[in-house]
Amino acid sequence: MKNRLKVLRAERGWSQQDLAERLQVSRQSVNAIETGKYDPSLPLAFRIADLFGMAIEDIFQKGE
Amino acid sequence: MARVQSPAMRRYLKRLAAFMAAYVVLILVDGWLFRHARPAPPLSYAAAVLPALPIIGVFWTVFRLLVEETDEYIRMLFVRQSLFATAFCLTVMTVWEFLQNYEVVPSGNGGFGAAFFWFMGLGLGAIWNRFTFGDGGCA
Repeated sequence: MKNRLKVLRAERGWSQQDLAERLQVSRQSVNAIETGKYDPSLPLAFRIADLFGMAIEDIFQKGE
Repeated sequence: MARVQSPAMRRYLKRLAAFMAAYVVLILVDGWLFRHARPAPPLSYAAAVLPALPIIGVFWTVFRLLVEETDEYIRMLFVRQSLFATAFCLTVMTVWEFLQNYEVVPSGNGGFGAAFFWFMGLGLGAIWNRFTFGDGGCA
């Protein structure tokens, strides 16, 4: 699954640690999701979408 | 950047330290007891089993971490690590058992039981996680 997390985070000037704190996850989790090594669960994907005020499908797309 | 430990990981490390300290004390006490004042059955059974209790506590500690860790990615790494350890331990013990069955190696385990290989597997599982995900899991 592809995602725009890194771009969205950069647009807001947040570090991985900043985003991790806002999502209440580890920085490693943010890094793993951004680099496509780990696909988040649906509840975490909803939290990410809520944080950016977007729909899940606007952040995560199908594909490698 | 230094890795921030989750509350679950801090509890894991405290429990691990407590059980390992208890294990060292009980091994020393049992060693002295069986060398100098060997108890008679049924007390000998109870005394011999004593050092196993903190090891069982370490198993509980590891599996509680899987329950208590709230970060799903970190929890996934721990689960992979535990499964790797289980597969490694079962593989070693199965191969060893057949070597013993056909008397290729001597019987007995020289003190290296299943727990030893499971804990070794945890360490190898952390290395496996680091190679495949770039993150280790529990120490």
